[in-house]
Amino acid sequence: MSQIHVTTKINGDETEFLCGPEETLLDVLRDHLGMTGTKEGCGTGDCGACSVTVDGRLVCSCLMLGAEAEGHEIGTIEGVAKGDELHPVQKKFLDHAALQCGICTPGFLVAAKALLDRTLEPTEEEVRYWLAGNLCRCTGYDKIVRAVMDTAAELRGA
Amino acid sequence: MRYEAPSSFEEASGLLAGETGVTRILAGGTDVLVQLRSGLVEPDLIVDIKRIPGAKDITRTDDGGWRIGAAVSGAEMGEHAELKAAWPGIVEAVELIGSTQVQGRCTMAGNLCNGSPAADSVPAMIAADAIAEVVGPSGTRDVYVEEIPLGPGRTRLEKGDVIAAIRLPARPERAGDAYLRFIPRTEMDIAVVSAGVSLCLDASGKVLDARIGLGAVGPTVVNAAAAADAIIGTTLDDAAIAAMIEAVATACSPIDDKRGTVKFRTKVAGVLAKRAALKAAERAKA
Amino acid sequence: MALDDRFHNRDFKVVGNRVTRPDGIDKVTGRARFGADMTAPGMLIAKVLRSPHAHARINGIDTSKAEALPGVKAVVTYADFASAHAPDDDNLVNCMAKDKALYDGHAVAAVAAISTAVARKALKLIEVDYEVLPHVTDVDEAMKPDAPVLHEDAQDESVPAGTPKNVVRRYEFGHGDVDAGFAQADKVIERSFRTEAAHQGYIEPHACLASYGSDGRADLWCCTQGQYAVRAMCAGMLGMQASDLRVTASEIGGGFGGKTTVFIEPVALALSRKAGKPVKLVMERSEVFRASGPTASTSIDCKIGMTKDGRITAGRAELRYQGGAFPGSPVEFGAMSGFAPYDLENVQAIGWDVVTNRPKQAAYRAPGAPMAAYAVESVIDELCQELGLDPLEVRIRNCAHEGTLSPYGVTYPKIGLEETLKAVQSHPNWTAPLGPNQGRGVACGFWFNFGGNTCVSLNIDEDGTVSLSTGNPDIGGSRASMSQMCAEELGIPYDRVRCSIADTSLLGYNDVTDGSRVTFAVGLATIKAAQDAIKKMCGRAAAIWGIPEDAVEWEDGCAKPAGPNAGEHPPMSLAEIAAVSSQTGGPIAGHYECNADGAGVSFATHLVDVEIDPETGFTKVLRYLVAQDAGKAVNPDYVEGQFQGGAVQGIGWSLNEEYIYGEDGRLQNAGFLDYRIPVASDLPMIDTVIVEVPNPGHPYGVRGVGETSIVPPLAAISNAVSHAIGKRMTQIPMSPPRIVEALEG
Repeated sequence: MSQIHVTTKINGDETEFLCGPEETLLDVLRDHLGMTGTKEGCGTGDCGACSVTVDGRLVCSCLMLGAEAEGHEIGTIEGVAKGDELHPVQKKFLDHAALQCGICTPGFLVAAKALLDRTLEPTEEEVRYWLAGNLCRCTGYDKIVRAVMDTAAELRGA
Repeated sequence: MRYEAPSSFEEASGLLAGETGVTRILAGGTDVLVQLRSGLVEPDLIVDIKRIPGAKDITRTDDGGWRIGAAVSGAEMGEHAELKAAWPGIVEAVELIGSTQVQGRCTMAGNLCNGSPAADSVPAMIAADAIAEVVGPSGTRDVYVEEIPLGPGRTRLEKGDVIAAIRLPARPERAGDAYLRFIPRTEMDIAVVSAGVSLCLDASGKVLDARIGLGAVGPTVVNAAAAADAIIGTTLDDAAIAAMIEAVATACSPIDDKRGTVKFRTKVAGVLAKRAALKAAERAKA
Repeated sequence: MALDDRFHNRDFKVVGNRVTRPDGIDKVTGRARFGADMTAPGMLIAKVLRSPHAHARINGIDTSKAEALPGVKAVVTYADFASAHAPDDDNLVNCMAKDKALYDGHAVAAVAAISTAVARKALKLIEVDYEVLPHVTDVDEAMKPDAPVLHEDAQDESVPAGTPKNVVRRYEFGHGDVDAGFAQADKVIERSFRTEAAHQGYIEPHACLASYGSDGRADLWCCTQGQYAVRAMCAGMLGMQASDLRVTASEIGGGFGGKTTVFIEPVALALSRKAGKPVKLVMERSEVFRASGPTASTSIDCKIGMTKDGRITAGRAELRYQGGAFPGSPVEFGAMSGFAPYDLENVQAIGWDVVTNRPKQAAYRAPGAPMAAYAVESVIDELCQELGLDPLEVRIRNCAHEGTLSPYGVTYPKIGLEETLKAVQSHPNWTAPLGPNQGRGVACGFWFNFGGNTCVSLNIDEDGTVSLSTGNPDIGGSRASMSQMCAEELGIPYDRVRCSIADTSLLGYNDVTDGSRVTFAVGLATIKAAQDAIKKMCGRAAAIWGIPEDAVEWEDGCAKPAGPNAGEHPPMSLAEIAAVSSQTGGPIAGHYECNADGAGVSFATHLVDVEIDPETGFTKVLRYLVAQDAGKAVNPDYVEGQFQGGAVQGIGWSLNEEYIYGEDGRLQNAGFLDYRIPVASDLPMIDTVIVEVPNPGHPYGVRGVGETSIVPPLAAISNAVSHAIGKRMTQIPMSPPRIVEALEG
């Protein structure tokens, strides 16, 4: 089985990798690049634990082949903080206790950041629908939604 | 498995026609990757059409209609204000496919090619009388969207065929469309039953023309012409709506499965057709 | 000193604060390592072959073609375990089928290979000679005399002779004379209910990495609620000494009871033993649904009598739970718990444990209790409706208190049920106006709470910080609450304590993280271990000061001379004592082990408003309130989180979650697409009231809070839906087709 050579940018870093044609971007991140912050909860796009951005757009990395990443910019949970400085939404997740077990948290944070990159004035309903593709079984979503709303308020200086 | 990313639809068609094994076309991949994962399909060749110039473009056609490239994602359609204003029902149908994450990838053409009777965008496309631009070994041809589905997972497309774009007609005055689906949750489900309605009104508010597509009520999405006839020439008064609901029920031949029952689907198809028709009419008046 | 004074007059400094969890940064940056995140050099990938049949005799398995495939390093079947173990361990036979496949998804063989692709290919080369047998997946059908029989010999002596063989256990609880009680009632209602099986739905699939050395010793990394239980089960199945198997619990991506047992861990160990290399085995989501441990489906008859002024005169329930292919459904807990919120003179509950061709059930949050509460609380609601009584007042009138004899034979110590009812009564949601097609439901719930085997150590580090070691995986913030209790007792700031989860080689046996036991029992052991260290630190100070040990007391993190003859010495802080410990006898540690008792039962009252679309049967949850007794909330953020999470799991179970089996006995919805757990847009905010009636069995008054919150929702939502549509609902989940059916029926 011939491997495909892919050149991409991950969290701002030029990255090259070889992958099998059937391997997903999630497989590549976790198994080839050691970036295990992106989680697999279902492998079928139903849980959002593997959320990443591709050219700024939120996608499930389990629903994309590694080969499709050629020439695109990928953003993962490992790139949400800038060095030691947490992104405000990461801080708010801690402040609001918006995680219990933490397995869905990377996907929620990548998704929430993608929302906040588009708008700082989301309504509660918009937050809930934007995040509907990210399953959380621990929290009942209450504290997650509050954390995202509070981040938006802080970022818009309210 | 081979992965190819050609730079023209003709090249894509040639690759597909030349492969003796199992092939899959990769646009958004939100269905194809699930099939790969489950082992249901083990393709020998995957043809990624996203690098083809124009495949991700939304453009106006000479006659005032719209041409939506086969690799345009749901999110991109939702962000296109003009398209949304012209065909709100189509756009809301596409935007109902999957999560925000799936929206970033899924395409209307892929939704059609997947052959599911529950595909969200297809009833809306049938109501809109949309056309698929198909590139095949013998050239490019137009096929009405309505004619493409054959049954669950099956389409009328042949070896080497690839959809390059979906075209929507120009909108006359006082036209509107709407799409509604029923799911048990608010998101993340496959339609249990759905209805797309496109109509235009005359100056007095009577329905001049209408088309109704129904999802998940038969082996393919249904063009419920008799139901549309029941409202043409009416002001969508109670009697007309009742007649339409009856015609919808007649058009339904659903199954009992994990997502719904025959009885439930038949009933709710009428409810959704009614609500979608009234919403489309409201949009036509606006 | 009265108990309440001891708790209420205590001025907590750290306990009760909304502190940030110590593992927080790791979990928001992707650094935390969960089950599937570990690798080892030379690691193989394993895949499991699963039965496509609900019930089939296995006449033979030919693995030779798979073994011959290049890249395949080991193939195992039941035979690879059998020599090492007694023949009828249900857990082993569940992990790897013996002579019969008992459900769709039952493991029959497994492969370890150099890649996922090779392992998948190898599975297809394994030939299993199945003789397909008739199957049964429904609890009532399985109890019939002509039902297909799963096991010839699983029934025990609790079951009356002549009962069909799939009925494997019978339980009975209660007291008084129920017939006499019903005779005193002004109204008696009897109803039959059904609940479908739900899955815990944790987002992290089961995952492990096993490495078995040629010296017969092994390491196992896995996501589990209890590394010690995994060690015990795996060591037994593989014929190992417990001390030869070291199990390390990864971070765990949810469990809710579903990770209290083993499914893949013994298989990975057996493959690693055979291949001589580390083996990683991760379930796919469809395998999680088909072959882990969902909860029971049930069929329940419930009869309750009430006087016209709202006194319950008697209650009787007969509960039938199927727990999958082996004995052990949680019907015993159901029969014990259904009437537990009430002070009843006459009560009887009979439980029947039934086997069917479904996966062996595992615990799911308050196992068995939500279904029993659903039946009891539904009938109470209907009685209130028929008699024109206020459902909260009726519950306040009948609710259990300190001294009440519970239906399962225990007399309650101090409990907080009435306080939760009154908290709901005074909450604005109780009087919020309702519109058309809207309905309001209320229900109570109970859970026992566990204590159990617990072993904790802490080291006073030389710089004045504290390393705390506990043996229970942190499934939802317990590192924080343990650190809080440790800091509280030692009198030091929260951030001076670091809590680690020990592997099985470092501490004595700790029971599984279950039964809402950890904050109670591990917290108790942590406090006692801190007291042990305090005693030693006082001794060190006494030695330095040259005074008797009992002349030193511990206050605000310092040793101080106490009493008139102790002399004048400036207090020595924990850090100061630690700094000189090498001159006073060496390192200082505290330790405690116990089999903790006195967990303190837990009660909750839930209130919900729903709106139904009468044309489609769609249910929208408008507002939801949880009031629950936490005893003492160590970290209120995470207590609220438990309340909210449990309520939402209950909402999902009530409305849309269910295992759907086809005529062929195969699971129809083995994925998150069609096993519909609630998504963010389905829900409102979940309001909470933390009631604190201290548990006399814990130094700080703590009660477990994790499970009770899933007990009331089924009934509360069913009551709300029933009021909204004007028809009594008797089946869970109340999916839209069932609501439309009820409306039209």
